[in-house]
Amino acid sequence: MTRGAGLLGVAGLAGLLVLVEALPRLGLVNDDYLPPTSRIAAALGDELVTGEFWRAVGDTLTGWAIGLLIAVAAGVVVGILIGAVPVLRAATASTIEFLRPIPSVALIPLAVLLYGTDLGSTLLLVVYAAFWQVLVQVLYGVADVDPIADETARSFRFGPWARVRHVLWPTALPYVFTGVRLAASVALVLAVTAELVIGAPGLGKSIAVAQTSGAVPLMYALIAVTGLLGVGINLAARMFERRSLAWHQSVRGEVPA
Amino acid sequence: MLEVSSLNKVYRSGAREVEALRDLTFTVDSGELVCLVGPSGCGKTTLLRCIAGLLEPSGGKVRLDGREVSGPPPGLAMVFQEYGRSLFPWMSVRDNVELPLKQKKITRHRRATLVEQALDAVGLAGTESAYPWQLSGGMQQRVAIARAVAYEPSTLLMDEPFAAVDAQTRADLEDLVRALWQRLEVTVLFITHDIDEAVYLGQRVLMLSSSPTVVQDEITVDLPAARDQLHTRADPRFTELRTHVYEQIQAAKLQPGGANASS
Repeated sequence: MTRGAGLLGVAGLAGLLVLVEALPRLGLVNDDYLPPTSRIAAALGDELVTGEFWRAVGDTLTGWAIGLLIAVAAGVVVGILIGAVPVLRAATASTIEFLRPIPSVALIPLAVLLYGTDLGSTLLLVVYAAFWQVLVQVLYGVADVDPIADETARSFRFGPWARVRHVLWPTALPYVFTGVRLAASVALVLAVTAELVIGAPGLGKSIAVAQTSGAVPLMYALIAVTGLLGVGINLAARMFERRSLAWHQSVRGEVPA
Repeated sequence: MLEVSSLNKVYRSGAREVEALRDLTFTVDSGELVCLVGPSGCGKTTLLRCIAGLLEPSGGKVRLDGREVSGPPPGLAMVFQEYGRSLFPWMSVRDNVELPLKQKKITRHRRATLVEQALDAVGLAGTESAYPWQLSGGMQQRVAIARAVAYEPSTLLMDEPFAAVDAQTRADLEDLVRALWQRLEVTVLFITHDIDEAVYLGQRVLMLSSSPTVVQDEITVDLPAARDQLHTRADPRFTELRTHVYEQIQAAKLQPGGANASS
């Protein structure tokens, strides 16, 4: 991103904050429903010093991280296995296409049935949603292996494991990163959803509690926090990706031949 | 020594059958440099993949150093035309050259020596930590050659290795291949579609027919062993030989299936 685009982005965000400040103050919207920015900020400031808030953030991030970790590990292993064995791929393609579009939130009743309001409920939803993001990307990645690179490895008598480790995995890695980045965002959405709907501890539950107790500015403050978490997660994922894939076309840019 | 006898390859897809190689028989003696040349689409690459054990022939046999080839044989290294895809972009030049040696379970110390010697031999000392894609096309193919050389093969297969580099780089690489072959006493089977290149490089040139492929003709290149781009290519004997090869290739194009298939 260039400096100019960065400045524009900051200006846009500042504009939004001013707008939210101005709308209720000018009486254009009822400030019971949309309090001005300054009151939301004040509520956030009060909240930041409470242990309860940080516990909620911790709970949300715990559910997010564990769920994401399980989804990524399972997605990578299953993806490589299915992708590397053509028979398995053909046999599972239609099943994947059937299971993948099922919205994770449709599993909420099942999650409650199995785990009640425990972390398990959040994990079930997070893992289900994130797993497909990773799996599909890994399948694309495995399909992208260059036949010449693979023949090179075979001609030098690489064993099956060495071919997975040195040819398949590096080829699939950019796809894995894309999958993880997508999964990380989806996982956060589902973690907050689970807390909000099921009442598992975390930011989602705090938002619901703030809403039912009429603490509207706090509710907005907590919503803003979930947004900030999302931005932070995405930025971190991108940075990690750029560092790990310095060799890849999408990162290295044009090289003079 | 490389022995190819009655090699036949038929591709089947559904009910359709395409006979790529009909009946190929030839040998390459240990330490010999033989060029295979043929019209485009004559199954050169199919032949090479059969020899390298990457492709199962439909009939006939390939024997390398007395052992029948079924799967990539030890003691063989291959240089592909598509250097950009054959080198691993996620690894530095050093790691690319070293990786096959690791698979061969060579000790770390010996690996370092082999990598250094190989890169030195192809004139790439000092580029160890660069990535292949930071180098020019000609340099990338040098890396691929270094990788093959470091592997210490008894036989080197080269599949149109210089088809994608510019003419000047190509001349340099041709001289490099001859120099390495003379120094390392390795058997080289060099596939090309370039008649001049075949005559310039080889001790012998095998001419292939159009697909389905047989060996159309064979000549011994009786040029002096010390060759250089300027004088060898100006030699009247060089011109005679290349004319002969050219005529045979033209004849091969007109007679698919090969002139001596019935003889």
